[in-house]
Amino acid sequence: MKLNEIFEESIAVLTTNKMRTLLSILGIVIGIGSVIALMTLGEASQSSVKQQIQSLGSNILTIRPGAQQQGFVRTSNSDNTSLKYADAEEIKTSQRIDTVNDVAVDYTSRGQIIYDKNNMNVQIYGITDNYLSLRNIKLDYGENISLQDRDIYNKVIVLGAGVVEELFGTEENPIGKFVRISGASFKVIGVTTSKGSTGFGGGSLDESVYVPLETAQKVMFGISHVSTIYVTAKNEEVMDAALNQIGFLLLERHGLATPEEADFSIQSQEDILETVSEITGTFTTLLTGIAAISLVVGGIGIMNIMLVTVTERTTEIGLRKALGAKRKTIVTQFLVEAIILTFTGGLIGILLGIGTSIIITKLMNLPATLSLSSIGLSVVMSSLVGIVFGWYPAQKASKLEPIVALRYE
Amino acid sequence: MIELKNICKTYDSDGVKTEALLNVSFNINAGEFVAITGPSGSGKSTLMHILGALDNPTAGEYILNGKNVQNMNEDELAELRNKEIGFIFQSYNLLPRMSSLKNVLLPMMYAGIPKKQRLETAHKVLDEVGLTDKINNAPNQLSGGQKQRVAIARALSMSPSILLADEPTGNLPTKQSDEIIKIFENLNKKGNTVLVITHNDDIAKKAKRIINIVDGKILSDTKNETK
Repeated sequence: MKLNEIFEESIAVLTTNKMRTLLSILGIVIGIGSVIALMTLGEASQSSVKQQIQSLGSNILTIRPGAQQQGFVRTSNSDNTSLKYADAEEIKTSQRIDTVNDVAVDYTSRGQIIYDKNNMNVQIYGITDNYLSLRNIKLDYGENISLQDRDIYNKVIVLGAGVVEELFGTEENPIGKFVRISGASFKVIGVTTSKGSTGFGGGSLDESVYVPLETAQKVMFGISHVSTIYVTAKNEEVMDAALNQIGFLLLERHGLATPEEADFSIQSQEDILETVSEITGTFTTLLTGIAAISLVVGGIGIMNIMLVTVTERTTEIGLRKALGAKRKTIVTQFLVEAIILTFTGGLIGILLGIGTSIIITKLMNLPATLSLSSIGLSVVMSSLVGIVFGWYPAQKASKLEPIVALRYE
Repeated sequence: MIELKNICKTYDSDGVKTEALLNVSFNINAGEFVAITGPSGSGKSTLMHILGALDNPTAGEYILNGKNVQNMNEDELAELRNKEIGFIFQSYNLLPRMSSLKNVLLPMMYAGIPKKQRLETAHKVLDEVGLTDKINNAPNQLSGGQKQRVAIARALSMSPSILLADEPTGNLPTKQSDEIIKIFENLNKKGNTVLVITHNDDIAKKAKRIINIVDGKILSDTKNETK
């Protein structure tokens, strides 16, 4: 008996009991659907994070206090006050450094911001006047922090879009209003554009506020160090050179002999991208793994139905054998039925998964990417589930003795 | 064509041995019309299953067309049932979802006969049993007699050496039963070898030879003088 004839027969069998067929493939539909949705979602949020990081510019170096990190573990517990504003100044003005375009600095801390009866916990950035443009944070309206603001320790503040929404609602114009942070009054001069959510990461940029660096250091927190120095290299080609020049300059300034002793770390955007990709990748794998479990459960459902079918059709199997069906033919027929079930379930699941991920990416403002690899994987997986879980029922059917099967009532 | 030598069949359930057949020997030649009769539990169904290669005897030899059936493996037995034996069952055993035509096509599909030839043969045998106008009907749209005629057509489709019928009229009213008997008679006249297991004296009367079995043993094996 040819395979295409077996196929036709299987289709005929499966379409006679449509409701059961539909119910039995439901597990596979849900399993494949969730695998597709989660993989797509994972890839979407990963590419969204990548996009945001890359939008900051691929020629940015980030310098932070503390020793070099290895993976996620800091190798030594050095102090985090090692970087000063003077370091940044020196990087920008030193004759020995010819690869650097611009340098910006921030000091960050968390704090409570109050307006009227509303208050909110936010990330406070004390920044230099070129900071926002260097980090590609755009003003929606109002003004940027100026050099003069820094010189006179002016108490002016630029608010993130999320902060404005929380404190002022959507009606009130915050420009010129005064907000309070730990007792001091700050005049709102600008609002940044919304960056949206970053998927797994959360939207911290929208819940940030910016004040002049010197105001933060001297007036608010009474410290003299900085948290981060951002450096833009002249172009991407000189990134390594810039990293070395800055590294040795800072070592010398801090009186250290070798790079191993460094009390600061320099990261390129590429390093950060790698770390973030690793984290979101782990998340995606984890979630997909959970979804894959439901696929196995679906497979067991198929096996259960196929076993019931074999029992129900005992007489038919006996008759087929009496008419000359060989064991192999019976095995093939039941396997083909199981594979058709799981494969159809897989196809419906793929459509369901794509639909779900389109809706979710829309809702979460993520770029809608279609994970082709997940679709390919699902097709293979669903067929494989059919073979694995159809095997036992098919064997059971083929081993029925024709005479016993024919007598079965 | 068929040689049975000292066939024995013993069923063993929970240590209790039941002798279904005891030293049964007979030959059947091509073109014969044989009726096997006997009371219930006499072992005639067991005999039919052994003849149809559906069941193995406990002892003895079964030779079909010069080949020893005992020595065959499972696939060879399947092929033997497919090519040499045409089964007709009391309860018809048609596949409920399929039309008469598809039911008749099934053994030929298992034999791997090309589609065109299959269809030709199917139409021919369905015509032979007088069902030309019912080829697209599913079994539940047919009367008992019509269903049995589909089953006969199916049995004929592979031109088997022997037609094995197990109580073919057992579930049928008299009129339809007579039609079926008539068909068997005609098939035999055309040269088919027919073996019928039956309670029905009307069929037995039409057979050329009657083997009577009681308690697993052949009581009589007689030529039907009226034929």
